[in-house]
Amino acid sequence: MQNALHIAWLVPFFPLLGFLINGLGRKFLSKSLVGILGSGAVLASFVVSVWIFLQVKNGNSYVANYFDFISIGSLQIPFAFQLDQLSSIFLLIITGVGFLIHVYSVSYMHEESSEHFGRYFSYLNLFVFSMLLLVMGANYVIMFIGWEGVGLCSYLLIGYWFKNTEYNKAATKAFVMNRIGDLGFLLAVFWLLAKLGTVSYGEVFAGAGNLSSTDITAITLLLFVGATGKSAQIPLYTWLPDAMAGPTPVSALIHAATMVTAGIYMIARSNVLYSMSHVTQNVVAIIGVATAFFAATIALKQNDIKKVLAYSTVSQLGYMFLALGSGAYVAAVFHVMTHAFFKALLFLGSGSVIHAMGGEQDIRKMGGLSGKLKITYITFLIGCIAIAGLPPFSGFFSKDAILLSAFEKNPVLYGIGLFTAMLTAFYMFRLLFITFTGQFRGTDEQQHHLHESPAAMTLPLIVLAILSVIGGLVGIPEVLMKGGDRLTAFLKPVIPVTGEQTVSHSTELLLMGLSTVLVIISIIYAWVKFRNYQPKEATGLGKVLENKWYVDELYDAVIVNPLNKLGAFFNQVFEGSVIDWLVNGVGRVVQYSSRQLRLLQSGQVGSYVLLMVVSMLLFFVLQFFLRK
Amino acid sequence: MPINYYIFLSIALFVIGIVGVLTRRNAIIIFMCIELMLNAVNLLLVAFSKMHHVAAAATNPLAGSDGQIMVFFIMVVAAAEVSVGLAIIVMMYRNIHSVDVNFLNRLKH
Repeated sequence: MQNALHIAWLVPFFPLLGFLINGLGRKFLSKSLVGILGSGAVLASFVVSVWIFLQVKNGNSYVANYFDFISIGSLQIPFAFQLDQLSSIFLLIITGVGFLIHVYSVSYMHEESSEHFGRYFSYLNLFVFSMLLLVMGANYVIMFIGWEGVGLCSYLLIGYWFKNTEYNKAATKAFVMNRIGDLGFLLAVFWLLAKLGTVSYGEVFAGAGNLSSTDITAITLLLFVGATGKSAQIPLYTWLPDAMAGPTPVSALIHAATMVTAGIYMIARSNVLYSMSHVTQNVVAIIGVATAFFAATIALKQNDIKKVLAYSTVSQLGYMFLALGSGAYVAAVFHVMTHAFFKALLFLGSGSVIHAMGGEQDIRKMGGLSGKLKITYITFLIGCIAIAGLPPFSGFFSKDAILLSAFEKNPVLYGIGLFTAMLTAFYMFRLLFITFTGQFRGTDEQQHHLHESPAAMTLPLIVLAILSVIGGLVGIPEVLMKGGDRLTAFLKPVIPVTGEQTVSHSTELLLMGLSTVLVIISIIYAWVKFRNYQPKEATGLGKVLENKWYVDELYDAVIVNPLNKLGAFFNQVFEGSVIDWLVNGVGRVVQYSSRQLRLLQSGQVGSYVLLMVVSMLLFFVLQFFLRK
Repeated sequence: MPINYYIFLSIALFVIGIVGVLTRRNAIIIFMCIELMLNAVNLLLVAFSKMHHVAAAATNPLAGSDGQIMVFFIMVVAAAEVSVGLAIIVMMYRNIHSVDVNFLNRLKH
């Protein structure tokens, strides 16, 4: 009898259906219908996901084979879904948070015309579909399809307001940067195919022992290149802040909660491979912690509410990679989950603020919003506490697990991670205080217009706020509660627990206490500094940070401009003097030779006959000599 | 008589015919030259046929007769061709009042 989980295809099927209906019917479906269809599709997926989760929780994990996707000779790539502990958690995050964001979008995007509203929801559903494919695929090829699909949807949604050239440029930038990473992913898949002849997870992990250490290192590093593109790590992170050009719910869904965590999912899924290569683990950990620190410093001085959150996302993703590099895959998945809750909450909260401010995103022109936007303020505050990592909010547990694993790996990594945690608390509360306390600094018209968002927007905020508070309780460390780390136990079949914890319980408690105290200190410092904020010009280091360390300018100078120059050279010189010359030359030769040949057509019968006789004679003579 | 004489005679006739076709412009003369070439071939066929018959008559009384038959065919076709060709020349004269083939190059333009 077939496994009950075989109907898992329903999960990506609903969003695909929603995409088709909304996409094809965007011109005649009403806005409310589009909203219901779009959100309903994701809700249906969520229901099925919950059912799958319960099945998996009861010990049922299954690889659902649907049909042969590629079948050439000995190469067999089935279209199959992997339903186990890891993918079921991601399914819940994607469809759950996705549903809340869909509901939020219905209200946030209500000013759009009906046709564009339908387009927006069809993109959103297509994104959810691709993301589900990415997570559910049972081999790297299916994952790659989803991987490309989410990249495409990210591009489409960043450039959703396509009449703005800047937004289009941001979309292109995101797409190109992602493509650079995708190349690494693709090469890794080819490498796997060349060495093992299979890409299915089960077979790859079973056969990984036969690979040489060079192969393992190369494959994992190439996969990591893919992850740096999709998950915005150094050196490919610059697209994510620019991606804030898209509508705010999109930033919440794609660029905070789900798509950017695809790289973490991929590495956690390939944990067998990564654990075999210490070189790669070190690279991942160093890149991760460097990104976390670097992005946090930039976030300190940003004045666009979404940019702060974007850099914060980059920084948090860096944390997750630090965990992956330290071998703490569960901690990384844990942080993906809690981060999805509180970062989606923060983004949606910022969307609510932007909505109230009539499109204004500059926090220097806000201030004192706590009075008018009570629900937004409280939920935003919860989000800030969660990301700062105060117990017992969710961020505390996941961040603590990461810092602990970093401490086990190398105290230097821990030190930077801890400092970054302080920076995180500081910039998040800077954002909170500048936005919600002090005097209002916008125009009178904006002040008059200030209002709390409708229920469709505040309800998701409240749900996410609750999740941000309690979300961490699935992974309470052993030291605080016996058997509290249920996430590790749940994920054990996919991510084996290796070795015993080397850090003593007292040290662990000390580390927790230290990080909590430091975070509280930075929050108080932020309160003192920004409670009554007045905008002033940044100078010195502050100016460098405000300009993001001039990394964009550096990339422009080193890569983009030389490429443009090369393109211009080929366009002006090579095209004109080589290609055009060649093509026109062919034309000229044909014209000239045909003009000469035309003279043979004299119309004189005598000349034709002469030619005939001469050529016949020639044949005879040739025949005569060839015979000899 | 050696066969060489017949061969030389027919080559001479054939070359006269070719040169006539190539050099003359009068359609009737060209026509006659074509006839000359045809008859040069006929002569050769008859000569070879006779030679062949003499050599092989002992074993095969019909040896060489196929060459003679071929000659009759050629004469019939030539007669048909003459009637068509002369008709064309008459029509040509009626239209352009000349039998000079170089006038007939209108297809060129």
